[in-house]
Parts: sequence; structure tokens; C-alpha cells
Amino acid sequence: MLKVATVEGKTPKIKRKSEFIVVARRLSKNSSAVIGFVVAALLVFMAIFAPLVAPYPSAKQDLAHTRQAPSAQHIMGTDELGRDIFSRIVWGSRYSLSIGFLAVLIGTAIGMLFGASAGYFGGVVDDIIMRLMDVLQSIPGILLVITISVVLGPGFFNTLLALSIGGIPMGCRLTRAAVLGVRHQEYLEAATSINASTPRIILRHVLPNSFAPVLVSSTMSIGNIIMMAAMLSFIGLGVQPPTPEWGSMISGGRTLIRTCPWMVTFPGIFIMFTVLALNLFGDGLRDALDPKLKK
Amino acid sequence: MIPVILGVTILVFTILYFIPGDPIRLLLGAEPTPAQVEAKRDAMGLNDPYLVRLGRYVEGIVFHFDFGKSWVYNTPVTSELLQRFPRTLTIAVICMLMQIVIGTPLGIIAAVNRNGWGDRLSMFIAMFGISMPNFWLALMLILFFSVKLGWLPPFGIGGLKYYILPCIANAFPGIATQARQTRSSLLEVIRSDYITTARAKGMSEFRILMRHALPNALLPVITIIGNGMGMLLAGTVVIEMIFGIPGVGWYLVGGIGNRDINVVQSSVIFLAIAFTLIMLLVDLAYAFIDPRVKARFAGQNRRKQHA
Repeated sequence: MLKVATVEGKTPKIKRKSEFIVVARRLSKNSSAVIGFVVAALLVFMAIFAPLVAPYPSAKQDLAHTRQAPSAQHIMGTDELGRDIFSRIVWGSRYSLSIGFLAVLIGTAIGMLFGASAGYFGGVVDDIIMRLMDVLQSIPGILLVITISVVLGPGFFNTLLALSIGGIPMGCRLTRAAVLGVRHQEYLEAATSINASTPRIILRHVLPNSFAPVLVSSTMSIGNIIMMAAMLSFIGLGVQPPTPEWGSMISGGRTLIRTCPWMVTFPGIFIMFTVLALNLFGDGLRDALDPKLKK
Repeated sequence: MIPVILGVTILVFTILYFIPGDPIRLLLGAEPTPAQVEAKRDAMGLNDPYLVRLGRYVEGIVFHFDFGKSWVYNTPVTSELLQRFPRTLTIAVICMLMQIVIGTPLGIIAAVNRNGWGDRLSMFIAMFGISMPNFWLALMLILFFSVKLGWLPPFGIGGLKYYILPCIANAFPGIATQARQTRSSLLEVIRSDYITTARAKGMSEFRILMRHALPNALLPVITIIGNGMGMLLAGTVVIEMIFGIPGVGWYLVGGIGNRDINVVQSSVIFLAIAFTLIMLLVDLAYAFIDPRVKARFAGQNRRKQHA
């Protein structure tokens, strides 16, 4: 009895693991995806261990050394209050990265639930949800996020919320399409026949089997969200100074661009490489998950 | 189309209806008495119920194409929008053309020389293009071409040269997206059987590309151009703010700064309507160009008639 149970318990586990290993092996052969992954991982470590990486505290002012050009002491220079730019970038990575990851996670999760319901139930539910998404998507993404931020006001959590809502339509559409693809598979019929409840079928069977396209595009959209968050702080919504968010650092240095270009250049370079790393990884992930390339 | 525009109007109005605090209090300056605030709210019709306000706003747009007045300056928003829109549209259209003229050939070169240096180089540039925030690129361009070299003006409007930097900054991500999409679409097509057939009958590679591969590969790319137009229109918000171009985007940013809700609301709806119209044009063009879509529509109608 016990033997049977362990065998039964193990079989699906092994299968899932192997799928993961196949994808991971394919990913590791793609050098640009590996570079992207390593850079992204380094940035995450930098954010987690910010107190160890940053040479100065993010808010430490040094009024004797304001607007210093990059030097051995301040490798990326100082701003108008003598704060070390590199330290502020390191601390700021916490805000930028967590907004990117969390907004995509929340937006995609909500979008997937909507999309799965729309695809699974069809009919009126599908119509209502998809017409709503049509309306949401006919406002260009950034404008929708700007509108929501105007109402919610600035700040970390409000920005996070606005960006999450902006991400819902994409997750919804992709999931719906994928669900429609698996809708009439036999394993769903089997699950229905053993009287599995609808939420269970959607959560346990439908979603895991339609996850791949969503995974790829959400990896790619983390970068986008990070850029949008930076843009929001740049136009004065989003995360506000003195919080060392990358976009608000660029915004703060904008008026001094003629005299101290380093205040604008370095935060932007960090945004660019973060987004670049995530996009390289996302590209590799798409190729690795693409069933057409499977031999 | 019209339901979508109506939906957008209702959605944006509703989102901004929930704005916390009282923007009117800010309008009246230092220390308004509650009676003054109430009088002002009454005069602006802000004390009416939600549905009445929504109805009035929608009616104004639909029947009179009137977006109401700016809360701060008390000027009509519609004339401001119409006066500013040509500048925004100019930037967006130039960017779109740059996207097509530069992005498409890059993608074709990349796909034809797959894994060659041309492919590597153009995809490398494209990857940077989609990873760069456009406002940062704009600042870098100003730094290089205006501050260091002094070639181009960093601010304001005037001749054509005032538009060069804003357009490059706004178009770069679009060019990159276009190149990437063209490449992947063309690679997909090159694998198809009819290309093999064309090769088998001894057609030259160039002829295969022009006659068979490109027409099929570029069709899906047309939808990308439509979507990109949304990004370009929205992108002008920051670009106009940085380069001081008095277009709809700068108007919107100014409205945010002044807490001028009607300006924000109307600019967003105006841009969304423009975007929807462009998407409609793209869809029509798509149906016109692609005989398969035309056939499908015709088929649908026939089926409906039978049912």
C-alpha cells in the first residue's frame, strides 16, 4: 500500500522536474540569456545587500563636496547636496527592482485569473471581461498608468498599484488565448468526470498548462514596468525625492544637466542595463520554451 | 469603435472622479471659506451627482466635441487640444515613418543574414533600443548634440531642426521593436514550404525575398505599427515636456502639476480617441491588403445569412 502511494506521489514530480531541466539546459546554451540572467542576479544581490555594497548611506549629505565629478572617492560623483550617486543608485535598485517584479507579479496574477475565467467559461463572462480589456487597452499603457497615479497620488505603494493595474490586460489576453488552446483537452474532461470543482480545474489544470506564453511576456514586461516606473517619477508622479529611485534621480539631475551630466547619466545607464538583462533573459526563455524548436 | 471611445471616456472620467482631496480648495488660493468653496463647486457643477456630471461631459464630447473648461485657467480645453495636437501628431507621424523606413530594412537584413554579423549587429542595437527609457535617451541626446556639440537646439519649437532630437528620442524604441518583429516574422516565413518550392524551381534568392517572403512576412508587422502608434503618442508626453514642445503631452503634464483634472482627463481621452482612430485605420488597411482577412469577413457574412 505504502509503496504504491510513494510511487504515485513521485511520478508527476519527476515529470515536472524533467521539463524544467530541459528548459534550463536549453537556456544555458544560449549565451546572451545566460549573460542576462547573471546580470539580473547581480543586480538583485546588489539590492538585497545594499548596505554592504554602497560606500555611503543613501541620504548622507556632504555639503562641502556638492556636485563633484566622478573621482576615486565618489566613483559616480555627487549630487547637489553632496550625496554619493553610486550609493543612491545601489539603494535605489531596491525600489526600482521591487516595483518591477511585484507589479508584474500582481498584474499578471490578476490578469491570469480574469483571462482563465474568460477562456474557460466563454459566453457572457468572456464578452464582459474582454470588452473591459478592450477599453483598458485602447488607452495607451503609459497614459492609463498616469491617470491612475494622478488619482492615487505619489508614493511607492500607489505607484506599484497603478503599474499592476496597467499590467492586467496583457496577462488576461495571453491567458485567455492559451486557455482556449487547452479548453477541449481530454485531461480537463477527465478532471470534470472525477468531480473536481471548477476553481480547482482552473487553478490546478488549466493555468499550469497555459502558463508558458504568460511567463515569457511577463519576464519581458518587468523591464518595461521598470522603465514606466522611472518615467512616472520623472514627470513628478510615482516615487518622490528624496527616495533614491532611479527615475526621480534622473528627474532631479535634469536641471543641472549642463554642469553635472553624471547625475543624469549613471542612473539611466543602470536602468538600461537592468532592462537589457531582463530582456535578454526573456528572449532566451521564449526561445527555450518555443515548442517549434523542440526536437 | 464608438462603444470603445464611450467606454474610454467613462473609464477615465470614473477613475478621476475618485480623486481624493479637494482640488477646488487649491484653486481658490490661500484660505477660502467653506462658503466660497461651496459656491465655486456649485458654479462648476461639481456638486451634481456622478451620473449627471458624467452625462454632461459625455454629451459635450459626443454632440458638441466640447471637452469643457480648464479648472485653473477657465479656458476652453477643446481649442487648446486642437491647437496643440498637430505638433504631437507631427512627432508621432515622423517617428512612425522613421520606424518603418529604418526598422524594417534592419529587420530584413538581420533575417537574411541570420546569425551573420549583420544580424548580430542590428539585433544588438535593437536590444539596446528597447531597453532604453526614452526620456533618458532624450536627455543624453541633448547632452551630446546641444550641450557638447551645439548643433541642435535643446528646447522650444521653431523650424524643422527643433523636431530632430525629439523624434530620434521617441522613435528609437519603435525602430528597435520594428526591426525585431520584422526579423522574427521573416524567419518564420522563410521556413515555410512555399519558400522551399520557390527555391526548388530555381528562383533567385532576391526574387524569392521580394515576391514570396516579404509580402507574407510584413503583414503581421502592420499591426505592430498600429500598436506602436499608441506608444509613440503616449511617448510624446515626456518628450514634449523635456524639449518644451507645446503639444497635447505637455498640456497633460502641466495639468497634472496644476491638479487641473479636466485638462488631464480630456488630454488622456483625446489621445485615446486619436489612438483608436489610428488603430481602426490600421485594421482597415490590413483587411484591404491581406486577401485572407477579406475572404474571412466575406465568409462570416455568408455564414450569418445562412443561419
